[in-house]
Amino acid sequence: MAEELRIVLRNYGKIDPLNIDSYIALGGYKALEKARGMDQKGLIEEIKQSGLRGRGGAGFNCGQKWQFAYMAPAEQKYVVCNADEGEPGTYKDRLIMQNDPQSLIEGMAICGYAIGANQGYIYCRGEYPYVVEVLNQAIAQAKDKGVLGDFDIEVRMGAGAYVCGEETALIESIEGKRGEPRFKPPFPPAQGLWQKPTIVNNVETFANIPVIVDKGAEWFAAIGAPAYPGTKVFTLTGDINNKTFFEVPTNTTIREIIYKLGGGIPGDRKFKAVQIGGTSGAFIPEAQLDTPVAFDAMAAIGATLGSGAVFVLDDSRDIVDVVTRIAGFFEHESCGKCAPCREGTMRTAALMEKIEAGEGANDDIALLEKLGRVMSYSCLCGLGQAAPTPVLSTIKHFKADYNAKLL
Amino acid sequence: MVNVTINGMNVSVPKGSTILQAAQRVGIHIPTLCYHPDQSIKANCRVCVCEVEGNRLLQAACSAPVFEGMVVRTNTPKVLEARKTIVELILANHPQDCLNCIRNGVCELQTLAEELIIRDNPFELMIRGYEKDTSTPSLFRDPDKCVLCRRCIEACSVVQSVNALGIEGRGNNAMVVPTLGKDLIDSPCVMCGQCIHACPVGAIGEIENIEQFLAAVADPETIVVTQIAPAVRVAIAEEIGMATGELPMDVFVNGLRQIGFDYVLHTNFTADLTILEEGNELLKRVKEGGTLPMFTSCSPGWINFCETFYPDLLDHLSTCKSPQQMFGALVKTYWAEKMNINPAKIFSVSIMPCVAKKFEADRPEMRDSGYKDVDIVLTTREIGRLFRQSGIDFSKLPPSNFDSWMGAYTGAAVIFGASGGVMEAALRTVYEVVTGNTLEDVNFTATRGFDGIKEATVDLNGLEVKVAIAHSLSNARKLMDQVRAGESPYHFIEVMACPGGCIGGGGQPITKRNQKRVERIEAIYLEDEGLPIRKSHENPEVKVLYDEFLHEPLGHKSHELLHTHYHDKKKKYL
Amino acid sequence: MDYQGIIAKYKDVPGGIIEAYHAVQKELSYLPEEVIVEAAKIFNMPVAEAYGVATFYSYLSVEPRGKNIIRICESAPCHIAGAAEVIAALERELGIIMGETTSDGKFTLEYTECVGQCQSTPVITINGKPYAGVSPAQIAAILAEYR
Repeated sequence: MAEELRIVLRNYGKIDPLNIDSYIALGGYKALEKARGMDQKGLIEEIKQSGLRGRGGAGFNCGQKWQFAYMAPAEQKYVVCNADEGEPGTYKDRLIMQNDPQSLIEGMAICGYAIGANQGYIYCRGEYPYVVEVLNQAIAQAKDKGVLGDFDIEVRMGAGAYVCGEETALIESIEGKRGEPRFKPPFPPAQGLWQKPTIVNNVETFANIPVIVDKGAEWFAAIGAPAYPGTKVFTLTGDINNKTFFEVPTNTTIREIIYKLGGGIPGDRKFKAVQIGGTSGAFIPEAQLDTPVAFDAMAAIGATLGSGAVFVLDDSRDIVDVVTRIAGFFEHESCGKCAPCREGTMRTAALMEKIEAGEGANDDIALLEKLGRVMSYSCLCGLGQAAPTPVLSTIKHFKADYNAKLL
Repeated sequence: MVNVTINGMNVSVPKGSTILQAAQRVGIHIPTLCYHPDQSIKANCRVCVCEVEGNRLLQAACSAPVFEGMVVRTNTPKVLEARKTIVELILANHPQDCLNCIRNGVCELQTLAEELIIRDNPFELMIRGYEKDTSTPSLFRDPDKCVLCRRCIEACSVVQSVNALGIEGRGNNAMVVPTLGKDLIDSPCVMCGQCIHACPVGAIGEIENIEQFLAAVADPETIVVTQIAPAVRVAIAEEIGMATGELPMDVFVNGLRQIGFDYVLHTNFTADLTILEEGNELLKRVKEGGTLPMFTSCSPGWINFCETFYPDLLDHLSTCKSPQQMFGALVKTYWAEKMNINPAKIFSVSIMPCVAKKFEADRPEMRDSGYKDVDIVLTTREIGRLFRQSGIDFSKLPPSNFDSWMGAYTGAAVIFGASGGVMEAALRTVYEVVTGNTLEDVNFTATRGFDGIKEATVDLNGLEVKVAIAHSLSNARKLMDQVRAGESPYHFIEVMACPGGCIGGGGQPITKRNQKRVERIEAIYLEDEGLPIRKSHENPEVKVLYDEFLHEPLGHKSHELLHTHYHDKKKKYL
Repeated sequence: MDYQGIIAKYKDVPGGIIEAYHAVQKELSYLPEEVIVEAAKIFNMPVAEAYGVATFYSYLSVEPRGKNIIRICESAPCHIAGAAEVIAALERELGIIMGETTSDGKFTLEYTECVGQCQSTPVITINGKPYAGVSPAQIAAILAEYR
């Protein structure tokens, strides 16, 4: 294995992203046509059967989510694409949007047909103004071609808030508010954008849709790990030879990604740790490198697949230094709405800084653990719940780095 | 109905209930902080988290709806650790000055700390270091104490439609601030003080004038005179460990003498006077084609609201000063003369259910007596503190009567304290003045109750008068927008800024539930019913005042002392 | 600047206040009070709320900033790739420290979290344009484009 398999990046480098004709020439928009020939229930069933699970982090069955929105009785429904990719070390959605924007648009249009929505929004992060331009051009071309029918898409640009990657915060932001998550339930498929049934899926999820419709659920379900079929795009950063991206089936192991695709660690350095899924992911030690990257296998070792960021550290790196920086990230990105996250991220950062400065004691580690534990199941949204993961996983696996800095 | 198990106990609750509501049914109290019974669910403090079987994440009891077969545990070690840790986090940036905090003893955070057995907080104390905002004479903000529950924002925006408060910044830098991060005085704040009731802690409170009062009492040369607003008596009982309305008026009067007042008079006196002035003003406007509808002008939060948001409609406000300011203008003129007291020696203190009254007393135009008409305003809460400071046991205190000339009052004045009361009092008088008939049943029940907007039509011998009553400024706004659009069908409108009227004022004992306001309203009408005179124009001392001093309603002296004018205070950013 | 005209363009965009803020900042690089007040009016929300929105997002500012906004990514991949040295070079070159604006009003230095250009680290952006894999030695040349 450890072969690249490009599904969502199927057109990468093969088409002119700013010319819809080149997308159509490679079979683009056939899936939308096919989908519109199916009945909505059948289409949703097909997506469900494919086993496609959200590529945004929560890993929810995509077709099932669509079904909730389809069943919700409402005149107006919405399809929202989460293009707020903010996980440090991640740029796979940007790759899709910059190189094959029509595949995303087609996926959204299929979703719109399935759930009965005629309005879509792409919420693109404020860090990607140049991507917004590409998307707007692509949408204009699709409209001109008439391929979208009565489905319309508007691009909204974020303004620098990691928390807006959380679907309800993203919805609030589209509504022109502070990007603060809502409590759930109600979930967006029941009450989302402007309180209407809304599907929020990630760019990578939508890019999978046309292929699934085109080639069928069975074909897709057979790829990768059965419980989390398909591929995943990974972006490799840190101490790794090939600082680039790969799309691989989900039964690929972490070791294969780092050593086969990633080309291993530069110089004579040894592997120390890898953080997968973005900055809220767990740090994984050598002993767990043979874990397949599929959602559930990762969950079993207390890690996440998340965004597919692969951040590698060699043995020269100081875990406490890196985690202190990450704690600073969460302090900066907490929205401040719920108390355990607002206060907890600040305290975590302060405690990490204390330890990093050589002023920490065992009590501080114990406090970090208690705080992290409580945050992980008490915070209002995924940001606060996941924020302690880097701290907790490194205390577990790399305690020596902490001990070396204690008083 | 949905069947749920809470801590092993089965309970059936209506579909759509929350865990918090279901737990109440089986007698389980789940601690809360951001939860407010009369507000929207916020679920931001996470103090009420519980374990729900099958879910790794704890669920906030205030927001999580129950489902059939749900199994909830409210006090597992996991839950208790989470709650305790969250409260420790909040306490760790909270000033530890409970002992001299204005909310000492009436603080939800204090209660939580006690309930959760917080002892040694493992988190280092790190006070955020915000500046205290004392820019208004009514309210202070102490952001360091803010727990970011956002209840004040909802009180200000949803209940009052003032929108003076919002969140600034993000994460640990997030803070509740007045508009554009300015001081309160530069925001649209109308100083109603409803945010104080909403605040679980001491992050917003009244500016106290207790020191000035004690200094005046201590000075033998100064004659300290007080007036008590109609809504104070029913609520002050709550401050001294009695049930709402249980403190008899004459015992209350003695209590005030005990803490140092030389003369105890009553705002009810000028409430009756207001009816005569305002009733005649209404009739004059109706007869002479003046600006209608006419709005009442007793509520200073409401006046601030009009000046800020509806400066184009100021002509609709009655020119009558509030009863507090009528009293202030008369006590240093008419009463001083009558008592042969040098008005310069009088220190005029009003006892109010209101914090906006502090601002009103400080208005530069409120000096028609030649002095500051009302020197200081003490709220019901401040009087409660002074009573406790003096250690008065009201169950043993003998009664005492009001002092003369400005102490007599009628039931009509008493009901000024409840929403609809001014209207009812006015109708009792206007009916008799216009028709010349005696009103057999003085109870205009259409004007009573807790509905946001009430209306009635009264037939005065063929003259049909349409009236409306609003309490809470969001309701007042609806009526004002109608006026602005030229669509108001009314002649006369009563507005009270606070929910329920003055009994729910910003200076009243901390009131979390509207149910408490309803209880106070009941106590008000009970007092009215028990009084021998229930029509303002029958107040014997008011008659003397007109005979000897004012001569007639809307006369020359009245205009000089009892009427005022309003100012456009539209902020440039509104 | 005709901020009223700019904001008015978005008046029919539901929830378009953030888009309007972006458009104003393109001209002015920050959001003065009158812009927030105008936006509140156009989007029919309280000024307090419009201010809450303006202060929530990292890329919006209610404080004056320079014409060119330089952001340095401090997220972990850039952090271990030597972001600190790049920061030092920028501070030295511009004579200001992080968070400050040069006295001629040309440059402001800000931290940012990941900007999604991690194929080559560390990364800075100038007015949104990314420069990936920058070294301290390159800073002077990059800045020259904007001087």
